[in-house]
Amino acid sequence: MSGYLPVIIFAALIVGFGVVSLAVARLLRPSRPDAVKLMNYECGAEPIGSAWMQFPAGFYLVALVFIVFDVLAVFLFPWALVLRGAGLGAFWVMAAFVAILGLGWLYAYREGVLEWK
Amino acid sequence: MTLPPAAWHAIEAFIVLNALLVLVAYVTLLERKFAARMQSRIGPYYVGRPHGWLQPIADALKLMMKEDIVPTASDRWVYNLAPIVFLLPCLLIFATIPFAPDLGVADLNIGVLFFLAVSSLEIVGLFMGGWGSNNKYALLSAMRAVNQIISYDLPFIFAALVPVLLAGSMQMSAIVAAQQGLWFVAYPVVGQLAFLAFLVATLAAENRVPFDILEAESELVAGFRVEYSGMKFALIQLGEYAHMLGTSFLGALLFLGGWLGPGPAALGPVWFLTKAILIFLVVTWVRWSFVRIRVDQILAISWKLLLPATLALLLATGLVVAMRGPGGA
Repeated sequence: MSGYLPVIIFAALIVGFGVVSLAVARLLRPSRPDAVKLMNYECGAEPIGSAWMQFPAGFYLVALVFIVFDVLAVFLFPWALVLRGAGLGAFWVMAAFVAILGLGWLYAYREGVLEWK
Repeated sequence: MTLPPAAWHAIEAFIVLNALLVLVAYVTLLERKFAARMQSRIGPYYVGRPHGWLQPIADALKLMMKEDIVPTASDRWVYNLAPIVFLLPCLLIFATIPFAPDLGVADLNIGVLFFLAVSSLEIVGLFMGGWGSNNKYALLSAMRAVNQIISYDLPFIFAALVPVLLAGSMQMSAIVAAQQGLWFVAYPVVGQLAFLAFLVATLAAENRVPFDILEAESELVAGFRVEYSGMKFALIQLGEYAHMLGTSFLGALLFLGGWLGPGPAALGPVWFLTKAILIFLVVTWVRWSFVRIRVDQILAISWKLLLPATLALLLATGLVVAMRGPGGA
């Protein structure tokens, strides 16, 4: 795990950069807020209601299909690493797995999940 | 004088981070000049004659002096945290990219996986920004962004796995070493197709035209960052360009042979940077040449074309690799 130490340090430096630049900006900038300025931008009109409301279920369907193939991607990473040594057997196993998911993809296609409505 | 290894890592990471920030700042200038030339304009010129070479610094100073506005209706914590949450993954992707052999923050043995995993974390910060603003445009934009980025993440991963398969390693330096004889973009058939898919997925993952419905100036004003101003806006913008540059570096590394090139080994970083900038300019060229496409078209391209195509490509590559066995290239 020691290989990750530089990565952690790098991440800490990035966060540090973000915090320091925001802090410096706080010292330099003017601050003259008023009610109209602090209103949400909606092309000049007064916003009606909150933006936090219901959304079309289409987004949810895309997320569901995404998870299926994202899990496939997780399995593909180790497969890609060992395939050269493991040979054709390992290839056919993965091909069968992808074919099963392919049927799922076909089903989603036929059901119209991949259409945006 | 001997320093503990952590101190060396810190110094190295500090240098890399600062070099990156300067590079990203100047990439924005490059894009503006390039776009201006495409439209027969001059672009930035007066701030730092000739050709506005001080413009990025002036921009940074200007944004720092700007008033910071936090809308009263917003979710303050989420709104204020979002820029940093967004910036972190966008710059962290550079952690595993070596700029030459042994020159980089960390050449992890899971480099490609780390890059892909961290790179897709940007949507967390992006969505926090859109949600926290409590602005209808911002939230719509954030929803579209998540929808689009997760859709194109898969073709992006599958296209990036093709070089991993060919090299048999996820370590960045090993992938470059495997391209010693032949850059993967020149690998017969699969190389070119994978590179093409990678470029298209990059455009979409970076929310660039023609896949920029989430910022769609004419309908959503500026997308999820409409409420941000001053330094917070600057951090988001910085993150976005850093992410784009990072993806260009990844493309140059996976397909264009990284730091390989004629001349002495010391020229390696120059070659690498040149190739990455080349990919960046291709992306910019597309941005300024095409029109925005609709959301249903965006999803159709991803789910009906790119996803099955890249998966089939990956399997085809796998077949070739498996048949050639341990000895083959």
